[in-house]
Amino acid sequence: MEHYDVAIIGAGMSGLSAGIRCAHFGRKVVILEQHNAPGGLNSFYAKDGRKYDVGLHAMTNFAPPSERRAIFNKLLRQLRIDRSELNLIEQRSSRIAFPGTDLRFSNDEALLESEVAQAFPHQIDGFKRLSETVRGFDDRELEAPYRSARVWVEGFVSDPLLQDMIFCPLMYYGSAVEDDMDVGQFVVMFRSIFHEGFARPVDGIRRLIRVVLDRYRKLGGIRKMKTGVRRLRIESGKVSRIELENGGEISASVVLSCAGLPETYALIQPPVSEDLPSLQGRLSFAETIAVYRSLPETWGWGDDTIVFFNRSERFHYRDASDAVDLASGVLCFPNNFEFGDRALSEGVVRVTCLANHDLWRSYDEAEYAEAKRVWFERIQGAILPLMPEFTRDFSSELVATDMFTPKTVHRFTRRSRGAIYGSPTKIKDGKTPVSNLFLCGTDQGYLGIVGSMLSGVVMANEHVLKGVG
Amino acid sequence: MTKDECKQVVLDIIAEIAPDEELGDVKGEVPLREQLDLDSMDFLDIVMELRKQHGIEVPEADYSHLASLDSCAEYLTPKFNALV
Repeated sequence: MEHYDVAIIGAGMSGLSAGIRCAHFGRKVVILEQHNAPGGLNSFYAKDGRKYDVGLHAMTNFAPPSERRAIFNKLLRQLRIDRSELNLIEQRSSRIAFPGTDLRFSNDEALLESEVAQAFPHQIDGFKRLSETVRGFDDRELEAPYRSARVWVEGFVSDPLLQDMIFCPLMYYGSAVEDDMDVGQFVVMFRSIFHEGFARPVDGIRRLIRVVLDRYRKLGGIRKMKTGVRRLRIESGKVSRIELENGGEISASVVLSCAGLPETYALIQPPVSEDLPSLQGRLSFAETIAVYRSLPETWGWGDDTIVFFNRSERFHYRDASDAVDLASGVLCFPNNFEFGDRALSEGVVRVTCLANHDLWRSYDEAEYAEAKRVWFERIQGAILPLMPEFTRDFSSELVATDMFTPKTVHRFTRRSRGAIYGSPTKIKDGKTPVSNLFLCGTDQGYLGIVGSMLSGVVMANEHVLKGVG
Repeated sequence: MTKDECKQVVLDIIAEIAPDEELGDVKGEVPLREQLDLDSMDFLDIVMELRKQHGIEVPEADYSHLASLDSCAEYLTPKFNALV
């Protein structure tokens, strides 16, 4: 049986980052990935000759290179990745669009502040106090047990509309909890979206994945694709053998699992005494992708890069009661980053909404295809009122469409219930009841691309690299 | 190895970890953290690069000896010389 110092389950952003750290410091590492493509929740594919991104709307945590203490720059240092390789371009500006009130924000945090001052003159002092408290928040307190951010924010901002507008982007980009989030997670998301901001590699997520993968490969890291893990065999409180779906077996001194909390526990044999269904995530999403012959800016969309919209009186972030919840969502215009003279040749509009996993999984093949067709139309209809000239019909410009549902997410990532942000229970120290098995990624640390990469780095540092060499 | 050579080894490692840092006028007696944007993750990297590149072990209890270039030289030079 082949033995490794470290086995990592999952070639997503956290697994690859953990792999780079371990391999850089001379560990013999293998990454086991059930799918044939790397990236996990963030990936890419081609259909009819067009390239599509999955997951990434934008990378959060954008900070200029001069801000050496910024999380993004720390991460690149830890991975020894040269920032210029990523070819990052910044967003133009984004918007939180609620009935009757809009708040714009950009990578210059002063914009949001001035928008709040204008729309909520009686709340601006509280908002500034919130922003400064988030900035000065002690990093050690981020590890504290779960506290309701909804309750915490009430201590700063009293207007429920402004509260909802602040929470909408932060929840959509990083809460696994229905209608709330952890204070630590809130602080991290507030900094990463409102203080720092959005950017993307010119070529999209594929560039980031390629850079990280190349780095891992050059360090001698081993990757086994289409190699799912069937079982983690436990003896004397340790993983003694990793049984693979292809019938093979390997062993490793340390196992880092990026598969998720209930998903990892489900692999353990003999089973741990945990109530797995209660650990499953509740929130899944559907996304439509529409490709147009012309660019969104020519339809009067202006500078919008991402629009977080809510169409009902209060904002709700919970499992959809219908197949898709059209009351709120996220619109992304990949064209509206600062491409300069490298502009994309076609216009792309992506819309993400909360969706009901159980319903989508219950459909048979014909029902599923029909539901996709119907909900694609409805989602497009739901965003029409947000369009600058909503009376105009752009369907004649449409050249390609695609859509993913909770079923698609489940199939490609094996996340229980298609829950992109994983379990509402996060294990901040990564420890499990099995002494050499640690969690990494979505269910350990922070969400989003930068958050998951940082999780990989921190877990590799803590559980593999510290201590005896 | 002399203490100055030892300091250079540490500076070379910092240059690898944090290529953007200006290392020309780092003062020996002043804590590195006060002169450079290094955090605990970076210090862990210094420890691990010492082990990887030079086979020098720094136990966690001794991390405080790496605070400044002078204290690094004081602590690490005997370790380097013990290698030969």
